Amino acid sequence: MTTVSRTILTSRKAARRQRRSRLGPLALLSHLALMIWAVLIIVPIMWTFFASVKSEGEIFDHAWAVPETLRWDNFERAWNNFHIGQYMLNSVIVVTISTFGTMLLGSMAAYVLARYPFRGNRAIYLLFVSGLAFPVYLALTPLFFVVQNMGNVPLVGPFIGLNTHLGVALVYIAYSMPFTVFFLAAFFRTLPTAVVEAAMVDGASHTRVFFQIMMPMARPGLVSITIFNVLGQWNQYQIPLVLLQDREKWVLTQGIADIATAAGYDQDWSAMFAALALAILPMLLVYSVFQRQIQAGLTTYALK
Amino acid sequence: MIFNRYRRGLFITSFLAAPVILYVVYVISPYIQAFYIAMTDWRGVSAMPRFIGLDNFERLLDDEKFWLAVTHNGVLLLLLPLITIVIALFFAFLLNVGGGHGGRKGIWGSKFYRVLFFFPQILAVAVVAVLFQQAFRPDASGMVNAPLMALGIKPIGFLSEPAVAFWSVLGVMIWQAVGFYVVLFSAGLASIPRDMFEAAQIDGAGRISLFIRVTLPLLWDTVQVAWIYLGILALDVFAIVWVMTDQHGGPDSSTTVMAAEIYRNAFHYSYFGYASALGVVMFFFTIGFAILALRLSRRERIEYQ
Repeated sequence: MTTVSRTILTSRKAARRQRRSRLGPLALLSHLALMIWAVLIIVPIMWTFFASVKSEGEIFDHAWAVPETLRWDNFERAWNNFHIGQYMLNSVIVVTISTFGTMLLGSMAAYVLARYPFRGNRAIYLLFVSGLAFPVYLALTPLFFVVQNMGNVPLVGPFIGLNTHLGVALVYIAYSMPFTVFFLAAFFRTLPTAVVEAAMVDGASHTRVFFQIMMPMARPGLVSITIFNVLGQWNQYQIPLVLLQDREKWVLTQGIADIATAAGYDQDWSAMFAALALAILPMLLVYSVFQRQIQAGLTTYALK
Repeated sequence: MIFNRYRRGLFITSFLAAPVILYVVYVISPYIQAFYIAMTDWRGVSAMPRFIGLDNFERLLDDEKFWLAVTHNGVLLLLLPLITIVIALFFAFLLNVGGGHGGRKGIWGSKFYRVLFFFPQILAVAVVAVLFQQAFRPDASGMVNAPLMALGIKPIGFLSEPAVAFWSVLGVMIWQAVGFYVVLFSAGLASIPRDMFEAAQIDGAGRISLFIRVTLPLLWDTVQVAWIYLGILALDVFAIVWVMTDQHGGPDSSTTVMAAEIYRNAFHYSYFGYASALGVVMFFFTIGFAILALRLSRRERIEYQ
């Protein structure tokens, strides 16, 4: 009995091994197609890193010239002359404020709209969600003047007007509301009510229930939408282009977008490639550590 | 009891106040103002813009550059979703089902490919734009042209030839988008019960008919979602054109798009009224697309549960 089953098992294994070794032409073509796309992704990025340690002459002679020595000073000039360090710091400041604000205000609104029926609830929810359908370009002109006028508000004006990081962060928060509320409201609706009722009987306030019970329970949803917002706000270009005109206040995307022009003035293309590499590097690092969470965070919402 | 209701109302108000105020001030009010500004000749300096009715809309009917931009968005709307979805479906199928073994295993190395293909998605469009601006240089310093020239082929003006530049833009957009949809479709495929594939294979389905007869119908919902996202991406495109191309939409307006024309009119020429009118037109194109997409996508769902 056992010997028979063992022979069947080994013959199956052999058949499988045979099938694997006999790569049909279709499988070969599949591998080829995948490899071509992989090359298309890797080569431009590697080429940029490659160019970032070349000299000016090597860049212009031949795009694939091998650098004679690795010129790390390109990075120094990118950091200092092209202000990549400053722009990166600005991006960090804006995104830290805006993501924190988006998550706090977004989850507060989503929670109330998802779990507290009251008159006007549906209308407010639709008001938020309708923002998903509008192209931001329609609002761009008036938005510029709204933020400009904010600068005239007494006391807080200087902090939230044009050319301020807090001002841009507030705009990011507002424009992140539609998706954040839409996603989190759907998430809060799925959470069980029993725990909340028990806590309320024990005398916990609504606010306490939210911060101490609901927020921890909603963690998976909060994590993916946080990733979504961090990446979206870090990569934002259109809004800062309109609202931050003062070079010192620029975020990284603005600095990078302008870098070819800047490199043209300075005749310093090697530092430009170093700057580009500096913009890609943190994403590469973050992605290699969190790639699973990032993929899930960016795609789960599409399957809702 | 009354105290409890009061407490509940206070809680609701206090939680909604800040988000709603912020949203109304920065999102809703600009959208409403835009419709009014579109009917003025405002140039930003005068305190009171003059009301000119539909003059801006009359003017934009003759604005050849704007309609050229609309055409470009239209071509992108057709081609970007089509090409991206075809490539992404093909790769997702290979990575998840194409490896044989009962029709559900992916090809060897599928995890590596998935991780790699997705990476461009997390780069800022501005970064990708500058990267390809350099890679597409028209001489020996260009990443693509240098090997071509070494082979004795005439260099291609990826961004300097008006006839080529638009396709370079489309190519870069596809380059960045494909990985996202590979992952999206892979997730969709993972939710399809594997006995579906096994049953089809027992019935003698080859790889190609497995794809057309089984995978595609079961993935149809996800494909529709992808189509809507890519359509909106095609209508909303700005940064890649503005940063990568010559003269922000050139050469010779060959790559310009609606968003670029709106931005140019508003913030380069200070035609705020006219730019808002262009924005209103763009708004109706976007809403039109959304309604059309929702109408067309009402196809019977396949339930497998």
